[in-house]
Amino acid sequence: MTTREKILQATLNNQPPAIALPDISLFKGEDKDLVQKYMTVFKSIGGNCFLVDDIAGIQSIVTQNYDAAKRIVTTVPELSSQFELISEEADPHSYENIELAIIKAHFSVAENGAVWLTEAVMGQRIIPYICQHLAVIVHADTILPTLHEAYEKIGAGEYGFGAFIGGPSKTADIEQALVLGAHGPLTMTVFILK
Amino acid sequence: MARAFIKDEERVDWHDGALWYIREKRDIAAKQIPEWEQLREAASMIKSNVISNLHDYLLQFEANLKKNGVIVHWADNAEEHNEIVYSILKAKEINHMVKSKSMLTEECHLNEYLEERGIEVINSDLGEYIQQIDHEPPSHIVLPCIHKRKEEIGELFHEHLGTEKGLSDPTLLTRVARKHLRNIFLTRRGALTGVNFAVAETGEYVVCTNEGNADMGAHLSEVQIASMGLEKIIPQKKHLGIFLRLLARSATGQPITIYSSHYKKPRKGQEMHLILVDAGRTRQLGRADFRDSLKCIKCGGCMNTCPVYRKSGGLSYQNTISGPIGAILAPNLDMKMHADLPYASTLCGSCSNVCPVKINIHEQLYKWRQEIVKEGYAPTSKTLGMKTMAWTLSSPEKLTTAGKAGRWFLHNVPFVVNNKFNPWYRQRDMPEGPKESFAEWFTKNSPKK
Amino acid sequence: MTVGLFIPCYVDQFYPNAAKATLQLLQKLGVDVVYPLNQTCCGQPMANSGFEYLSQDCNNRFIENFSSFDYIVGPSASCILHIKEHLHSDKNEEQAAIIRTKVYELVEFLTDVLKIEKLDAFFPHKVGLHHSCHGLRGLHLSQMSELNAPAFSKPQYLLNMVSGLEQITLDRLDECCGFGGAFCVSEEAVSVKMGKDRITDHTKNGAEYITSSDLSCLMHLEGILHRNKSSVKIIHIAEILNATI
Repeated sequence: MTTREKILQATLNNQPPAIALPDISLFKGEDKDLVQKYMTVFKSIGGNCFLVDDIAGIQSIVTQNYDAAKRIVTTVPELSSQFELISEEADPHSYENIELAIIKAHFSVAENGAVWLTEAVMGQRIIPYICQHLAVIVHADTILPTLHEAYEKIGAGEYGFGAFIGGPSKTADIEQALVLGAHGPLTMTVFILK
Repeated sequence: MARAFIKDEERVDWHDGALWYIREKRDIAAKQIPEWEQLREAASMIKSNVISNLHDYLLQFEANLKKNGVIVHWADNAEEHNEIVYSILKAKEINHMVKSKSMLTEECHLNEYLEERGIEVINSDLGEYIQQIDHEPPSHIVLPCIHKRKEEIGELFHEHLGTEKGLSDPTLLTRVARKHLRNIFLTRRGALTGVNFAVAETGEYVVCTNEGNADMGAHLSEVQIASMGLEKIIPQKKHLGIFLRLLARSATGQPITIYSSHYKKPRKGQEMHLILVDAGRTRQLGRADFRDSLKCIKCGGCMNTCPVYRKSGGLSYQNTISGPIGAILAPNLDMKMHADLPYASTLCGSCSNVCPVKINIHEQLYKWRQEIVKEGYAPTSKTLGMKTMAWTLSSPEKLTTAGKAGRWFLHNVPFVVNNKFNPWYRQRDMPEGPKESFAEWFTKNSPKK
Repeated sequence: MTVGLFIPCYVDQFYPNAAKATLQLLQKLGVDVVYPLNQTCCGQPMANSGFEYLSQDCNNRFIENFSSFDYIVGPSASCILHIKEHLHSDKNEEQAAIIRTKVYELVEFLTDVLKIEKLDAFFPHKVGLHHSCHGLRGLHLSQMSELNAPAFSKPQYLLNMVSGLEQITLDRLDECCGFGGAFCVSEEAVSVKMGKDRITDHTKNGAEYITSSDLSCLMHLEGILHRNKSSVKIIHIAEILNATI
């Protein structure tokens, strides 16, 4: 008997009579003041949040706050004139020195400030983790109330990798003192496009 | 068990305060969700469904993993699990691996196994890294070094990372660790992660971190391994909505961990493996009174609320998983070694009521005590004492005599009871022995009918 | 309605005043109270230590003594909870099941069965209410702080009826005192530390008296208070509710 067979047999022998799944369809969020809610939550987590009218607005904030001499990459075609476009083919290690990555989210979630990204919008899986600073563009009308709506939208999902990212990386492992910037980015900025 | 830790009252107060503060943050987060109690109930029922259909879910999960291009392994116990990890790395001639948080691999003592065979493993979670360089296991499943002062951590960093002596500022220490671990991530070809939730419906698994360390390791690796206990399965994708709303709020009071990474298919050119591990889980599955402990989503909420845990520290439990949940998991693994754990509790019930999946922890602690006595692991002295007590307490005449005698001693020759052989007396006075019991007073004073 | 008065073994022996107060209070409220003299222990000390199988005699004795009453009332949340959850009989399970529905701790009997709305009681002191875990999370005498659910407190409701009494507010509403049965001696150091910390919460918030539905908790706290020569006293809630000028 292989281990697989042994474990499956033991599971079959030992599991109790079947109990039905609960109906979770009644869990839902409120479709109200989502932009406001999102911004409040995201800022309380230590993120930066800007409401902008257009891509030009994003461009100018980035130029003002980040060093142009450092490596800034993006997946957003409208920003490719100013910043380096991420290549899907390059060795992920080659992105070790990126200062800022600007990418677009599929949508975001008001109750926890998280944005939903998949490989398709990250450029490469490592990008939102390896950069020193992360900036994410979110369309205002794609903000959802809770994770229940989020998973309804994601569905089974055709990605190889997807992630909720809810702020700058952090740790409180040393005496519960909150430190922003652990192994992932030191800061995270969300641009909400009206 | 907690003898050593409790001696340092200042440290106990600090440890207790730190964890209580986290319990309070959890309360604030829970109270912001009006449907919080319904979420707990739903999560508990989903896990009941998982436990009672685990066989089919495992098959479904395996089939979907394979469709996604993930290589699936099954391990009966710790030894088999460790062997599998070793063989995966050896096949690719990988001698250095980076590992994110996985209590399962702690249970299996994976690091030691690999180190003995010439493979270096670095724990990338900051708390686990600190514990690793100090040669100590994590004391808490979510906050590995919650028992350490920053000065102690500074000393460790001075010794191992060359920081200046006396440096204890958490931000500066974290920056040093960031730089050091970054180099590890960039150079390790093998990465191992744990699994928070494994979705049977789609064959993907979710890893939750705040530091981003799991992703830094995984997305730069050639070989990515995920180690998972059988019970981590959840049936459908949409159930993640329930569990992810509960997990971080229960653990630390955050609305969600910074990173909730959904791993589904390997990167181009990368190999992805997943190891399904039993290691006593199917045996627990067969225990009617204790199988619900398998619902656990490893939030650590029970540890933060438990007054015994807060005042003893996780290392006092001498089991990989400590605290209330550890005390109901451990006797299944080794009843003899862990017979004392279910007794390290006042059965206050706080744990059961913070548990996001409503495990009846305090009731299981009571039931384990019956089991341990039945299996013969209670010390003989205790059994004799209990039999005497039962004999005395079941007869009104014997009880009256014993009570009278006890009170007489307390009144007239207290030193017989008030001495160093009486553990109660170490730090507490005995109750005073009144002249007459209630029954005696009642008999004297009630009107004769 | 007749009420069988259940006085736990250690209350009978060490805290008879709480038992007297319980009896007198019930009688004052017009209840026909009977005290079966042949009662013994509920069996909790054995059961909680893993020796539930040894408590059969205690169980049968309890059923013998208390079957005939409409209600069974006792001034101890932990003992009442134990009966409610663990009273089983190899000889008379039907009776055991009935009794499990008829047992009440004193506070809940007053609020849920007698439904009293006022009390002629006077206790001009600052009082800290200790929520015993069995009373709180077992009998639901008050809402526990862990749950996101509406607040309520039966003991507090009764204490509010006592004139002159001022209730203090604790930092930690319902943390365990550390008694825990055999735990109080098997893990003595942690038990005492837990007790000390609860006392500190009461004293720093001004309590002159610490009260509860459970004398096991109070006995443990009293032991620490006396050892440390504190002026703070413990008192069972029955004695407060029964106190007059």
